Order: sequence, then C-alpha cells, then structure tokens
Amino acid sequence: MQYFVQQLINGLTLGSIYGLIAIGYTMVYGIIGMINFAHGDIFMVGAFTALIVFLVLGALFYSVPVVIALLVMMIVAMLLTSLYNWTIEKVAYRPLRGSFRLAPLITAIGMSIALSNFVQVTQGPRNKPIPPMVSQVYNINGISVSLKQIIIVVVTALLLALFWYLVNKTSLGRAQRACEQDRKMAALLGIDVDRTISITFIMGAALAAVAGTLFLMYYGVIAFSDGFTPGVKAFTAAVLGGIGSLPGAVLGGLMIGFIESMWSAYFSIDYKDVAAFSILAIVLIFLPSGILGRPEVEKV
Amino acid sequence: MAVTVSPERDTVATPVQRALKEGFYAGAISLGLFVLFIGLKTGQNISNELVVTTRWGLLAAVVIATAVGRFLYVAYGQPFMANQKIADVATGLLPGSVASRFFQLPAFVVAAVAAVLLFVFNSSLAGWVGAEPAGYLQFLRALAVIYVLACVIYYFRAFIHANFTKLGITALVLYPILVVAVLSLNAWSITGGLQGSLKWVDNFGIQILIYVMLAWGLNIVVGLAGLLDLGYVAFYALGAYAYALLATQFGLSFWILLPAAGAMAALWGVLLGFPVLRLRGDYLAIVTLAFGEIIRLVLINWREVTNGSAGISGIPKVSFFGLMSFNVSDPNYIAKVLGIVQSGAYYKIFLYYLILGLCLLTAFVTIRLRRLPVGRAWEALREDEIACRSLGINTTTTKLTAFATGAMFGGFAGSFFAARQGFVSPESFVFLESAIILAIVVLGGMGSLVGIAVAALVMIGGTEALRELDFLKQVFGQDFTPELYRMLLFGMAMVIVMLWKPRGFVGSREPTAFLKERRAVSSSFTKEGHG
Repeated sequence: MQYFVQQLINGLTLGSIYGLIAIGYTMVYGIIGMINFAHGDIFMVGAFTALIVFLVLGALFYSVPVVIALLVMMIVAMLLTSLYNWTIEKVAYRPLRGSFRLAPLITAIGMSIALSNFVQVTQGPRNKPIPPMVSQVYNINGISVSLKQIIIVVVTALLLALFWYLVNKTSLGRAQRACEQDRKMAALLGIDVDRTISITFIMGAALAAVAGTLFLMYYGVIAFSDGFTPGVKAFTAAVLGGIGSLPGAVLGGLMIGFIESMWSAYFSIDYKDVAAFSILAIVLIFLPSGILGRPEVEKV
Repeated sequence: MAVTVSPERDTVATPVQRALKEGFYAGAISLGLFVLFIGLKTGQNISNELVVTTRWGLLAAVVIATAVGRFLYVAYGQPFMANQKIADVATGLLPGSVASRFFQLPAFVVAAVAAVLLFVFNSSLAGWVGAEPAGYLQFLRALAVIYVLACVIYYFRAFIHANFTKLGITALVLYPILVVAVLSLNAWSITGGLQGSLKWVDNFGIQILIYVMLAWGLNIVVGLAGLLDLGYVAFYALGAYAYALLATQFGLSFWILLPAAGAMAALWGVLLGFPVLRLRGDYLAIVTLAFGEIIRLVLINWREVTNGSAGISGIPKVSFFGLMSFNVSDPNYIAKVLGIVQSGAYYKIFLYYLILGLCLLTAFVTIRLRRLPVGRAWEALREDEIACRSLGINTTTTKLTAFATGAMFGGFAGSFFAARQGFVSPESFVFLESAIILAIVVLGGMGSLVGIAVAALVMIGGTEALRELDFLKQVFGQDFTPELYRMLLFGMAMVIVMLWKPRGFVGSREPTAFLKERRAVSSSFTKEGHG
C-alpha cells in the first residue's frame, strides 16, 4: 500500500508537468485547429532559459535564497519563452492561417527542428547538469515526499487555478472561447482575433516555461533534445483527455503520469512509454474523441 | 469654425520610415530572443561545473543583422515584389520577370568566355597569382559554369517543362555513369578521383532516391487517401529489421526477403489500420505517431532479438540476382566472372540502379493504381468521406488498402536501406525521419510524384550539400563546422518553402478520371481530407 501511494505521488508530480505542457497543445488546437509541434521544444527552451538564469544568478550573487532564485528563473523563462512562441506564431503560422490544414503542421515541425538545433548550435550538444536546488525529503508513515514534488504540485495547482480564472471569468477568456467557437463571427463582433490568438500562444508558452523550470528543478539536467519526449507525452495527454478541452488536458496529463509511474513500478521501466502509447490507442478505439472531448460533428 | 487637423493625419509614413520602425522592432525582438542563447554560452569548467561565458560581440552582430535585414526587406524587398504585380499603364505589360532580367545574352556570353578562359589558362594563372587567390579563381570559374548552365536551362525551360518526366528519368539513368566518368577522369582537387566520385553516387544519388521512394510510398497514404500518418518510419524500420534479422540468422537472399519484408510491413499496416479506422484527422495523427514510437521503443528494448540500441551489423550485401556477388572473397565475385578490375564501385553503382528501379516501380504502381477503382476510391475518400460512403464505397477496405500499400513500399525501402548500410539500429528510425518524409510529401505538393521528387532533391540534396562546404572554413575560421548547421537550416528551409509555396512545388493536379477533356485542377480546389 505504501509503495502504491509512493507511486501515486510520483505519478502526480510527473502528471503535473505533462498537464502544464498539454494545456499549451490543447489551447492552440482549440483556437486554430493545428497541432503545434514546436510546443515540446518551447518547453525545452523554457527549461534552458531557466538553466541559464540559474547560472547567471550564481555568477552574479554570492548566494540567493532558493525561493527567490526559483521565482526569478520562472518569471524570466515565462517572459522569454512567450516571446519565442509569439514570434513563431507571427512568422510561421499566421501567414498560413486559412491555408490548407497540413501547411502549418509542416512549418510547426520545421520550427521544432530549427529550435532544438538552434539550442544545440548555440549552447552545445551535451547534457547540462545543475547542482540540486531543493533537497529536503519528508517522511510520512514510510512514504517519502520530497519538497521538490510538493513545489511542483503546488505551483501547478496555483497556476491552473489562475488559468481557470483567466479563461472562465475574464473578457480575455471570453474572447478566446468565442474565437474557439467561430472565428469569423467573433471578428464580426469586434474581437481582435489575431491578438487573441497571439495571447493564446503566449499563455501556452508561459505554462510550458513553468513546466520547463519545474522539470529542471526536479531532474537537475536538461539537453537540447529533451523537448521531444515530454512534448509527445503531453500531446498524447492532450489527445487522451480530448483535444481542445482544458480539463481534459490536465486529466490526460495526470493519467499519463500515473500510467508511467505505475508501469515502471509494477512491470518494466523499459516499456513505460510503450504502455502510455498503447493505452492511448486503446482509449481512442472506444472513445474516438478522447475522454472529455466533444465528438466532432460534420455538417454536410 | 476652424477645422483642426490632427497632426498624425498629416504625416504619412514613407516606406523608409516604416522600414526604420520595423527594423528597430525586429532588432529589439531578436535581442530578446537571443540575449540568453547567443549572448551567453554554458560550458563546463575544469571541475566539471557549468559556467557561463559571454559572447556579446556575436549577439550584437546577430541583432544588427536581423534589424538591417528587416529594414531592407520592408524598404526595398516588399515594394519591389509589389511592383512585380503591377502592369505598365502604357503597354499593359507586366514588368519583365527577375529571371529574364538575370539571364541575358550578353551576360551569358561573358560568363561562357570567362569560364572557357579560366579552364584553358587555369594552370598558368595559378602560377601567376599564387595558390591562395587561385582558390578564388576556381570559385569564380565554378560560378561562371553554374551561370552558363542555368542560362541554358532557362532558355530551354519550355522544352524541359513539357518533357520533364522523360528528361528526368534519362538524367537519373545516366547520372552515375556521367558522374564517375567525368569526376574520376579529371584529377580535380575537390573530387578526389574515383572514391570522390562514388561519394556523389552514394551520398547524393542513393540517399536522395531512398527518400524519394519513402515519400512516394507515404504519398499513397497522405497524398492520395488523405490519411495523416506521422509514424511512417515504423514500416521503414520493420522492413529494415525484417531483412537484417532474416538475412543474418537464416542466410536468406535479398531477392527472397525483399517481397517478404514488403509483405510483413503491409501486414503491420493493416494491423495498425484496423484499430484506427474510426479515428479522424489529428487523432489518427497521434495514434500513428505513437505506433512509430512503439516500434522504435520495442526495437530498443527487445534486446534478445534486436540486440537493442547496439543494432545489427554484418548484414549481407545484395547479390546480382544470385548470379554474381559483390563480396571479393566469393568465387562468383563480379570482377572474376566478368574478368575486370576489382573495385568497390560496381556495388555502389548496382545499388544506385536497384533503388532507382524500386523508385520507378513505386511510381508505376502508384500511377496505375490511381486509375483502378481502388485508387479512385482513395481520392474520393480524401475529398469527402461522407459522400464517398454514400456512393457505396467501402471506406474500411479503402483505408486499409491505402495503409497496406504505403507500408509495403516503406518495407521495400527499409530492406534496401539495411542492405546498403550493412548495419541497422533504432537510431535510424526516429520520429524526425517520419517528419522529414511527410515534409517532402507536403512540400512537393501532395499527390504529385514529380513535385515530391523535386522536393526530396532540394531538401535532402541541400542538406547533404552542406557537408561539402569546407571552403566556408576559410571564411569563418577553422572552428566553423557547416555540418552543425545542417538540421537548423533544414528546419528553417521547411518553414520558408512552406510560406513561399503553401501548396507545394507542384500546385496543380491532373485528374485521373475526367469527362471529355483533361484539365489540370488547381490544388486549391482539392481537399487534404480529414483522415
């Protein structure tokens, strides 16, 4: 039982990170109906920005309290990563809006390749390890919970609450939901569609940057190629939950996190990704539009 | 009542003012993007800790280049391109195209004379000016030759356009012979004799043709049937491992295993197809992507059979239809049978013609299948699934045959790949490969065989050519390695080509079935399907 709860906590941590990335996929998909393949690399750029900020802080000041360091890393990563996603949307996706469906998919794949190789060229191909920032571990009834895990879950919960408020209670969120339902109608009613889409990309990137910072803090290492696997997992999570649905993305992220940690704990760690992908396929056979997704109705 | 005009209305921004503003913004954005990634570099110090070093000079150069580039584009590039579309009021003619102004007879004559002179007096000039400027002279000569060739192609463009397929196939058939003959006879510094010329057959010819074949195979699934497949590399991997395992374990010949590998890949295509039949669009995309990853992960982790990440080596070569072998030690080695000199060249050239034959087979089958009911059903499925079903087409079998046929060609290409490399490992079958193949299909113009071949030539040939740019080391210093920038440029090229031609290189389609008259359809009118 203790072992099971332990795995549940590990899964929750992992699932929080996936959920944060998955929201970026699902929001962009909801609003413009494209798979933003570069999102995994945006996550990696966020983690790398946090790494560089961490090193700069270390070089400039003798010692920085961990809370302030994390906060600064997170904020700088959110700002710069948003700038990246904003620029990418403007350069690579906006000119192709209204073009056929595969065109932005290909530019997104191109941007993903370009981003990861840009980081490789400028920062080198090696893994970048940092010394552990937070190392306290609490022991409750034989279940060990590290402070890192608590930070991840708490930060994720806070951000999700803020995000839920933004989408459901503000005029910005209303504009987003309107664009999601009918872009042309929203434009006719005076909503600046371009601006709303830009803000959607910025929000997705900011969440991915937080996920990147938390990832860096949790694992203590990042490399230029680390965007792909979490990106694909988060995308899987978004589809599993029903792409376009925000609660679905979080649910899917948590599910993928649980599946991975349970499978590695009880079966084989080698096949944890195979398990996650297979469960995706099985779920989609029975629920072709994900767990919380609305079925696509085609009008003739 | 005095009419006051607000001052903003009076000042209309001139293009240059607007360009200055845009350039400034572009510089500011690029400063924000690059300040941490180019301005700072993370590296290890002696005690293996990460430290940052600064590169402010490089950062300033990149930011200024971005700002100036944006300024020039907005101030001069955009007005120029807008002018290209405006007809002259007096004559009613559009301005002459850039190409017709660039390729003119006087310039052609000058370039031709310069090229001939530089060829004739090459050695005496080199002795006269010294070794260092002689390199630049050779560069100039190469430019002149390229310009002359481009002029000739431009002059005959109508003929080339009309006979593109025939000319293309002739060029492909003659390519290895010409390359080996021309490059190995001339002892030029850049080619390096016979070995250097074989590199052109191998790295450019065979490599590009493998991608052409894969893209043509995927074209059946994506371009014809409109099913978005992001895991095509799985079938390539299955074909490669099928050949590698059966040939090393049971010693079977390539000519038996080629159809076997294709059949196995097709079987897996059907197995993948069954569960995903109900899925549409992006759900299908993610499941195929997941399938590709599952195959790769199983190849890595099922060590007892696949030898894990270490891969399988010592895969036997292809024989000449069992009659002659390309292993020097065999009694029926080709040089012994034919009584010619021993050389590794025969195998390379044989492989080239083998993959060329496989490519042409793929093209032939695709063209014929498009005319059969099943091919028409694929295209109908792509355009409108509901209408297709209403007309009584069985969408289940239609989708499955598309998956199976596409997968079969992937399997053929895979077993060829294994035979050519002599070594397979899961490293070769990552998602990036699927993405590249899909990009080639889309960039070529989905459904167009010629467009896809051109896209493969441009994208794969372009990135391979970046390996050859050693002369850039003389410009940027010895530390500069062009290979590093290969994939970065590849990604950017994908974006730029897509923005430039959103419908791909060949933007129109010839309908396979038509009433009375054959007319090309602009592909803006054809759908891409929703899977």
